[in-house]
Amino acid sequence: MSTTVILQESDVQVGYDTHQEHSHHESFITKYVFSQDHKMIGKQFLITGMIWAIIGGFFSVIFRLQLGYPESTFPWLEDLLGHWAKGGKLQPEFYYALVTMHGTILVFFVLTAGLSGTFANFLIPLQIGARDMASPLLNMLSYWFFFSASIVMMSSLFVQTGPASGGWTIYPPLSALGDASSGSKIGMDLWLASMAMFIVSQLLAGLNYISTILNLRTKGMSMTRMPLTIWALFFTAVLGVLSFPVLLSGAILLLFDRNLGTSFFLSDIVVNGKILPNEGGSAILFQHLFWFLGHPEVYIIILPAMGISSEVLSVNSRKPIFGYMAMVGSLFAIAILAFLVWAHHMFVTGLNPFLGAFFVLLTLLIAVPSAIKVFNWLTTLWRGNIRFTPAMLYAIGFVSMFISGGLTGIFLGNSSLDIHLHDTYFIIAHFHIVMGVAGFFGMYAGVYHWFPKMYGRFLNNTMGYIHFWVTLIGAYLIFWPMHYEGLAGMPRRYYDFSGWESFKMFAGLNQFISFISILVFAAQLLFVFNFVYSIFKGRKVTTQNPWKANTLEWTTPIRPGHGNWEGEIPEVYRGAYDYGKDGRDFIPQTEQIGENESHH
Amino acid sequence: MSIVAMEQKKRIHPHKFTLWVALASITMMFAGFTSAYIIKRNQVNWVTFILPPVFWYSTAVIILSSVTIWSAQNAFKNREMLKYRKLVVVTLLLGILFICLQAVGFKQLWDKGMTLTANVSFSFLYIIVGLHALHILGGIIALIVLFASAFSTRVRNYNIVPVEVISTYWHFVDFLWIYLLIFLILIR
Repeated sequence: MSTTVILQESDVQVGYDTHQEHSHHESFITKYVFSQDHKMIGKQFLITGMIWAIIGGFFSVIFRLQLGYPESTFPWLEDLLGHWAKGGKLQPEFYYALVTMHGTILVFFVLTAGLSGTFANFLIPLQIGARDMASPLLNMLSYWFFFSASIVMMSSLFVQTGPASGGWTIYPPLSALGDASSGSKIGMDLWLASMAMFIVSQLLAGLNYISTILNLRTKGMSMTRMPLTIWALFFTAVLGVLSFPVLLSGAILLLFDRNLGTSFFLSDIVVNGKILPNEGGSAILFQHLFWFLGHPEVYIIILPAMGISSEVLSVNSRKPIFGYMAMVGSLFAIAILAFLVWAHHMFVTGLNPFLGAFFVLLTLLIAVPSAIKVFNWLTTLWRGNIRFTPAMLYAIGFVSMFISGGLTGIFLGNSSLDIHLHDTYFIIAHFHIVMGVAGFFGMYAGVYHWFPKMYGRFLNNTMGYIHFWVTLIGAYLIFWPMHYEGLAGMPRRYYDFSGWESFKMFAGLNQFISFISILVFAAQLLFVFNFVYSIFKGRKVTTQNPWKANTLEWTTPIRPGHGNWEGEIPEVYRGAYDYGKDGRDFIPQTEQIGENESHH
Repeated sequence: MSIVAMEQKKRIHPHKFTLWVALASITMMFAGFTSAYIIKRNQVNWVTFILPPVFWYSTAVIILSSVTIWSAQNAFKNREMLKYRKLVVVTLLLGILFICLQAVGFKQLWDKGMTLTANVSFSFLYIIVGLHALHILGGIIALIVLFASAFSTRVRNYNIVPVEVISTYWHFVDFLWIYLLIFLILIR
């Protein structure tokens, strides 16, 4: 075994000779562009994700204008979008393109790459006590695959026939037949090419996260001493590594159907009066392959947000997280169940009702670990010495959103109710609250909390508070009414509801939702301003550990270089949550256990 | 040796571990294909097929290549560099031969009218076997890199990790092919 270790030192690129690490020359290109430093790669993911969030969010504002004001025209829209908005009115096919791109961008590019990409890269080595990832090169490649995927997806916005428009779930036959719609042409090919690169990026990243967490922890950092952020990011990576390949196999089959005349998903189809030769395919097969990824994907988004919130809640309550092992166990349970519930997205596809009952049961089981987590977050807050920093507010907001959105999940998990609610605004409300908004809240909690570690400065608090309250209240005002619309049967994906007598009563409500969504979008721009402003002009961090936290990232210099610690990597003697113990506010993980120390 | 390196003594090398996770990931992709195949088989319009005998020859070749790469790894451990280089070259050639035999198999299927688009069962066959061949191709590229570094005079570092990583990968794609072959024979 000793041979392995000696070779390893020369082999792992960020070695253990720290002096060499801190003195090596870095050019602008190697430091900021093709960087192999996990912290810089994390920031690259964050900033790329933010750019995507602005684009994806702006798309939602445009299609909300159409939904809220279906009879109005907006001449500036034509200036901005050209033939997509002829005469200042969004064209139906581009409405679908915008909805599809909004979903794709937000689910994959922002809440997957932007969330776990940022925090897994930034936090894993810092919190487990490693100089860098197991393979910094793979890590860099993962960002650049993501970047290339971004460029391809972005370019699809500029093709004549527009980007993909069959919904972010790209169900065939719409996605498999070029003639099916304008968005099924080159835009769809670019979507698939982009997603293939995205999947490669996620796989490279996931492999790296898992091996780093399992192999590069510092001395004393046993698995049960790891902060919950790391546990959450670990399970996220496992989900990604095991589910993205299945989406890849679905995408490969779809690519063959589109371009090489196979019939995996196509059968007995007539387009424009012409009978297609495809026989023997099944569109439902694609849905199985898609949702086998698609459902774990939901947890790929929410688990990092859970981990971040757990950490931020504990630090800012000055209390240990309640039930650490229960938190880890429930993350594990959610990760397992994530693979066993995909068909609850398919209750109305003609799924065998007996099989449906099985999926209902497994889906409702998720409520158990979810409830354990919520209980533990609330009991962590209970009688805490709470500091209401913007990060803390977002973490509490996350818990609120997770409860609100989670409860409607219990409605939808029942196949008998789902048959009525499927494809209505109830679904839109449910997944936006529990996955979209909650995911964003976790992300914001993380950015506000770790911004000082990222840039050596604080984000502006006043702007942070405005950002939080407008976003929290706005998000509820947008999505709460949608539950009622959905219960009344208002279907999702419709371009214009004014033609239906039964939905005319919602015209005012739709206008209200659209108006609020513009306000909330503006608040996000305030955050972007705060972010950019604070990088250059924010209040400087003057102490090593500004939040008085226990975890290892706060033992590094204020602006850590590549290699993170200047001397030896510190040794760990205790778990990450010794707050308010034996009359002491906090005890860092690096402090040895005292002789008379009590057990928590 | 620093504390961290000592601590890591007991653990598997991160690169080797990364490979194992990657293998799990590749397994999931093929699990996706084969489960889709099983579902489709029970539906209408499924045509059964018999694999041409050339796939048996390719199976023999890939098993042999697993033996050669295993011997190459042992030779490397014993610092028998000449033997090691020879065995890497033999493995490389066997890998190329495997791909050629698969191509011959495809040609024979095609000539019998079992084309890519003729039936879903053939489409699955081409994609599953084709993607496996792509994974072998990936292994061949890795072997070429190994081959180049084995002949490089500058390298004096007897680092066994890349050899072990590629060797494990090679055994994996070998095993994967045997699984796929049995799968395609039993379930058709």
